[in-house]
Amino acid sequence: VLRKSMGLTLTIRTVSNIPNLSNWARLKHCRHLQHSTSGARCQTACRSLHTSAGLCHSDEEGAERERGKDVVNVVYVDRSGRRIPVKGRVGDNVLYLAHKHGIELEGACEASLACSTCHVYVSDRHHDKLPEPDEREDDMLDMAPLLQENSRLGCQIILTPELEGMELTLPKITRNFYVDGHTPKPH
Amino acid sequence: MLMRAGFTDEDRVIVHSPESKHPLIGEYEKGARKRAPGLGVPWTRQNFHFIQTSRVFRLVVCSFRRYLLLTEATLCHNMSTCILRAPVSKGFSLQFATTFAKKTSCYGVQRLGSTAAPQPQVCIVGGGPAGFYTAQHLLRSHKGVQVDVFEKLPVPFGLVRFGVAPDHPEVKNVINTFTQTARQDRCGFYGNVTVGSDVTVEELKQAYHAVILSYGAEGSRSLGIPGEELSGVHSAKDFVGWYNGVPGNKDLKPDLSAETAVILGQGNVALDVARILLSPLELLKKTDITAGSLEAIADSRVRRVLIVGRRGPLQVACTIKELREMINLPGTQPALDPRDFQGLREAVQDVPRPRKRLTELLMKAALEKAAGKEAEREWSLRFLRSPTHILPSPDRSRAAGIRLAVTRLEGSGEHARAVLTGEVEEVECGLIVSSIGYQSLPIDPAVPFDLRQAIIPNRMGRVQQAPGLYCSGWVKRGPAGVIATTMNDSFDTARSVLEDMESGQLDTSTPRAGACALHTLLKQRGVTPVSFAGWEKIDAVETARGREVGKPREKLVDVRDMLKVASL
Repeated sequence: VLRKSMGLTLTIRTVSNIPNLSNWARLKHCRHLQHSTSGARCQTACRSLHTSAGLCHSDEEGAERERGKDVVNVVYVDRSGRRIPVKGRVGDNVLYLAHKHGIELEGACEASLACSTCHVYVSDRHHDKLPEPDEREDDMLDMAPLLQENSRLGCQIILTPELEGMELTLPKITRNFYVDGHTPKPH
Repeated sequence: MLMRAGFTDEDRVIVHSPESKHPLIGEYEKGARKRAPGLGVPWTRQNFHFIQTSRVFRLVVCSFRRYLLLTEATLCHNMSTCILRAPVSKGFSLQFATTFAKKTSCYGVQRLGSTAAPQPQVCIVGGGPAGFYTAQHLLRSHKGVQVDVFEKLPVPFGLVRFGVAPDHPEVKNVINTFTQTARQDRCGFYGNVTVGSDVTVEELKQAYHAVILSYGAEGSRSLGIPGEELSGVHSAKDFVGWYNGVPGNKDLKPDLSAETAVILGQGNVALDVARILLSPLELLKKTDITAGSLEAIADSRVRRVLIVGRRGPLQVACTIKELREMINLPGTQPALDPRDFQGLREAVQDVPRPRKRLTELLMKAALEKAAGKEAEREWSLRFLRSPTHILPSPDRSRAAGIRLAVTRLEGSGEHARAVLTGEVEEVECGLIVSSIGYQSLPIDPAVPFDLRQAIIPNRMGRVQQAPGLYCSGWVKRGPAGVIATTMNDSFDTARSVLEDMESGQLDTSTPRAGACALHTLLKQRGVTPVSFAGWEKIDAVETARGREVGKPREKLVDVRDMLKVASL
């Protein structure tokens, strides 16, 4: 496989497989093809495919972020205790922001207040700044294991400037959860 | 000839196709000296060639520019590895092989015991939420694992499709998450395969490094009282299966001609059944409830539903969202007895929030008579009643009533016990739905099963005394909990599997065939697996038919119809 990169565009050329070649010979063959390709300037050496860390899909978003406008910095604390600082924007939904940054916050019902899989703990000093939960959110929170005073559903939290510095901690549902005399939930 | 050369029946060679993301394993040098096989030549890599045309691999040995065809195998769908067993072919196919050798390219061959990166093969039995969440976690955490999900029905998603009520479509959104998992390259779906009869767990254990049992609870707890077998008595599982399109329940034909229906049990499933029985038709028409059951419900004469529980209001197993729905159900009114709630206001002051809010809502519904709300249909919660007999009609052909023993509580809170007082009462009714719990069943003698608890004995998802076997979901913990609980549980089991792979407890160094090994076996047994693409065809047909009648989908309820569509 020969990779030709032109900026962010990736083109792949399949090199027909040549038997009886050692890896080194194959690499040389690739390089030869690379250089001999007419009209195309290869900017990268022939190497195996890899994916780079998550990029912004839209250049616009990236530019606005640069300007610092509407940025709300929040910190997700994942189940292993690792802190992940994230630059969100005013109006962002906490659940989908987590997904964009690869944080494992499940949203089974896709923000329709029909499950409790996006249950998070909100840092105390920000918890009061959130609007009161809808009755339906409270109903769903009642089903969430390890419910605490500062529990909220991530899919119902929309970022505002006053939530700057908010910490969203994912509940630690460990195996001990089942050992500690947990009573089965209704279904 | 082959045996003399030291190549035994048990030898297997592995080929990696160029389509896989793994590097070629084992190349051989051009120009190695070739001698005729059978003359004591060692069957080394130098003598082997592979010839591939599309999905067929042929292993040949070169000798004096002639090719001896040893064996061939077909690359299985979705598999980047296949196992060739040699020797298999007894005949030569020289001309054929020669032509191929000229026209196509050859790939390396690797004998067992290579040091290639392992691609662990994991099999999941059961394509419901537990199965898919376990698969999801495995695929996300391990970049090489191949996960195959086996499902008895041609259609996936288990109780998300067949258990969640038709008027709860948002709960079914999780199907989108499962679909993403199933569409991944390293995830295979094999519907219409019944583990335990079409293929045994032993056979799965040989083909895979790990087998995870997530087949849920296909049975229901029995009441154990006389009259249970009378017509007119159904388990909630069957009743729900009937309106949700479970193929096995399509001919249930519940009797909806009497005015009163009694539901035994006060959990969310009981409330679902009550709600479907009493919902206005205009609302049901727009859901994915099956056409057959909608027709029957349209002719239903059920006007009063009693939801009966052995214990009191503080022990109801239902949750607040479902209760609120019942209270607000158009065209119906709750008929709760305020006497059941005496003294409860103080009792709930210190209980955990969920129980407190639920009880407060119950009390409000019982004590406040909604103004001007005389509705045609009525539902009530009957507490402290335990069924003892189902009473037959005079001609003994069907159920016509139920005898309930009055109980009282011993102890308090979640662990209070119901004790008989000796009093009884009788209720006339034409339909009795028993909603006292689903129950798992053993499906294969190779899997340990605890008959008393009706689960697979396990520790953290590792099946006891059965290395290589794991379990997740209801078959692991018992049939209780919502999708979120099953999700956490499945992630737990996946973590156990990953830990075992890491520690070597689960030996993944020896490659296994995976689904490829079962391909021929299933064919021989006349089983045609339905792939995920096959399900997507069924999905498209159901959605299209639903659109015609203003429903999200019109479910196919016959397995034969499903198979026909999937194979188009």
